[in-house]
Amino acid sequence: MLQFIAKRFLIMIPTILVISFLAFWIIQLPPGDFLTSYVAQLEEMGDTIDPQVIENLREEYGLDDPFLVQYWKWISGIVFRGDFGYSFENNMRVSMLINERLYLTIIVSLFTMVFTYAVAIPIGIYSATHQYSIGDYTATFFGFVGMATPNFLLALVLMYVAFVWTGNSLVGLFSPEYIDAPWSWGKFVDMMKHILVPVVVIGTAGTAGLLRVMRGQLLDELRKQYVITARAKGVGERTLLWKYPVRASLNPIVSTIGWSLTGIFSGSTITAIVLNLPTQGPVMYNALKSQDMYLAGGFLFILAILTVVGTLISDILLAWLDPRIRVGKEA
Amino acid sequence: MALRVLSPHGRPSLEDSYYMASQWQLMRAKFRKHKLARFSLVLLGVFYFVAIFSEFFATQGLTSYAAEYTNAPPSKVRFRDAEGNFHWRPFVYEVEKQRDPETLRKYYVENPDIRYPIYFFTSGEAYRMWGFIPGNVHLFTAKIKGGAEDGSDLLGPLFPIGTDLLGRDIYSRIIHGARISLSIGFVGVIISLVLGIIIGGISGYFGGWIDNAIQRLIEILRSFPSIPLWLALSAAIPPNIPPLRVYFFITIILSFLGWTGLARKVRSKFIALREEDYVMAAKVAGCSDFRIIRTHLVPGFFSYLIVDVSLSIPRMILSETSLSFLGLGIRSPITSWGVLLQEAQSVQNVALYPWLLTPVFAVIITVLAFNFLGDGLRDAADPYT
Repeated sequence: MLQFIAKRFLIMIPTILVISFLAFWIIQLPPGDFLTSYVAQLEEMGDTIDPQVIENLREEYGLDDPFLVQYWKWISGIVFRGDFGYSFENNMRVSMLINERLYLTIIVSLFTMVFTYAVAIPIGIYSATHQYSIGDYTATFFGFVGMATPNFLLALVLMYVAFVWTGNSLVGLFSPEYIDAPWSWGKFVDMMKHILVPVVVIGTAGTAGLLRVMRGQLLDELRKQYVITARAKGVGERTLLWKYPVRASLNPIVSTIGWSLTGIFSGSTITAIVLNLPTQGPVMYNALKSQDMYLAGGFLFILAILTVVGTLISDILLAWLDPRIRVGKEA
Repeated sequence: MALRVLSPHGRPSLEDSYYMASQWQLMRAKFRKHKLARFSLVLLGVFYFVAIFSEFFATQGLTSYAAEYTNAPPSKVRFRDAEGNFHWRPFVYEVEKQRDPETLRKYYVENPDIRYPIYFFTSGEAYRMWGFIPGNVHLFTAKIKGGAEDGSDLLGPLFPIGTDLLGRDIYSRIIHGARISLSIGFVGVIISLVLGIIIGGISGYFGGWIDNAIQRLIEILRSFPSIPLWLALSAAIPPNIPPLRVYFFITIILSFLGWTGLARKVRSKFIALREEDYVMAAKVAGCSDFRIIRTHLVPGFFSYLIVDVSLSIPRMILSETSLSFLGLGIRSPITSWGVLLQEAQSVQNVALYPWLLTPVFAVIITVLAFNFLGDGLRDAADPYT
């Protein structure tokens, strides 16, 4: 097992290097750079800038260096100094912005995940044990509609409903008085009030998908012979359900926790933009629009690493649950 | 015991016809049993038909607008006029904009003096079908024949779903948007499918270091979180290029990750089928690699691919909608459902004019129909169980 994990870690290193290269390349794709769009913006407002100043700035940031040199400066900064570069637009170090936003992103994602599992698994079990009942049909119907509704549409509809009912569209993660306040009990309670809408919005699609998987798995499991045997031997229905079939059908769900976490990271981006949450989504979106390349690149890179780590967790869980995988890899 | 092919009467019995049916016949029979999937197939057929002939089904052109009817609510189609007389031909009344003196909010009142009957398959606004066939016949139009000063028809305000803040008919825009939204999923999936079959096929058929290299590439591409990656790539589309090129870029971007999943599926099927005896026989008979792939391997798993495709199309449609919604996808003058929803982004607007949200239903119904269709196809793909 340890050998398997070590091996997986070793494979991760070149993968992450290639990812960092691709991320940097993608961020460099748009024509021009931050300074050209910044200058264009200033000129639109009627300001003129001394070309010499721009030239100096370009030199300072190394914007005219060849691509590989720029990449090397960027990646060596990250690896050796933990320095993700400078955000032109926010006049801040990118690492500070990432720090500030990432932990809220992770908090929202974790809450979403707990919500997803807490809702999907019990309903999935109910659906499977009461197949073709009204409850099952209702769950199936909502499952399909949930999968078909994109997150941001749900956000729009919920905002609309909240606006009509309360006159407040419940955007953001904190009330205005807490946004810049240090952490306190009050701030925490305030966040709990606001977090429900984003969690429901981000979690719905995942919940719907998970519900279908749980129901299908458990139905398959309940039809197996060991269940029939146990029932023939007089095992009670309750034990018959919880002792093995539910556990066995949870296997594929547990082992994909890593993937669903990264799915949530990715899925929360658009919702966060619509609901204006203080997570990575809006910052990255603005950075992409204004070509603030180190900021956008930093976030893309971090999110990709989180995905790789998620896959690693999934792989390890799978190997832990299913000995065939770890034996197969070692052979 | 020998297998009995015919019943004693010489006619195939029900059971016999099952054994004699070809794989395709079995699939069709099984698919027909899935009522929701059948219904979805018909519904999607209608949607695509409407999207193809959108100029005919819409009442208003893509770039036209009625400045005097901004933010108008859905028109009331009537059979009974203000005097209580019944008309067989439905009609709408002229509506006039009023302003509430206190709140200054605009609202519309009907003017029962001017009545526009609704005609079907009749002439209306001129258009060019697919950009080159001139025409002016629409499915329906409200007009007073010969009512204009120069003797031509006077078109009336018939907005089945209402209008947006520029006075554009939302019903027409949903239909024009359908052409982009529905086709982008299709085109994107076809690009992914071709890439997936070629790359996955190479990977699975040849194996060895080629397989390894391709698998690593796929793993790396899949490590990118999809939505942030799409955002980054769409931000790279230059701002001043023709809309058709934007459309092209968006499909490429959506296929950029889409092919990896298909390639993996193709590869695993190839590996499974590669060991079959009939492939070995074809090799011994001297078939070329390409011929084996084309005539022996691809048909072997094509039904599974179709299932995958029918489930990938809705994902692509949703992705396009999200991108356009954020202003990073399709740009006006061409429109898609995402572009329409972008206009519904402000809650205040939606609260005042809730009909702006109607494109949401178009998206949800389409995606649901594709999901049900995929479900039915999945059952049908394996007709022997």
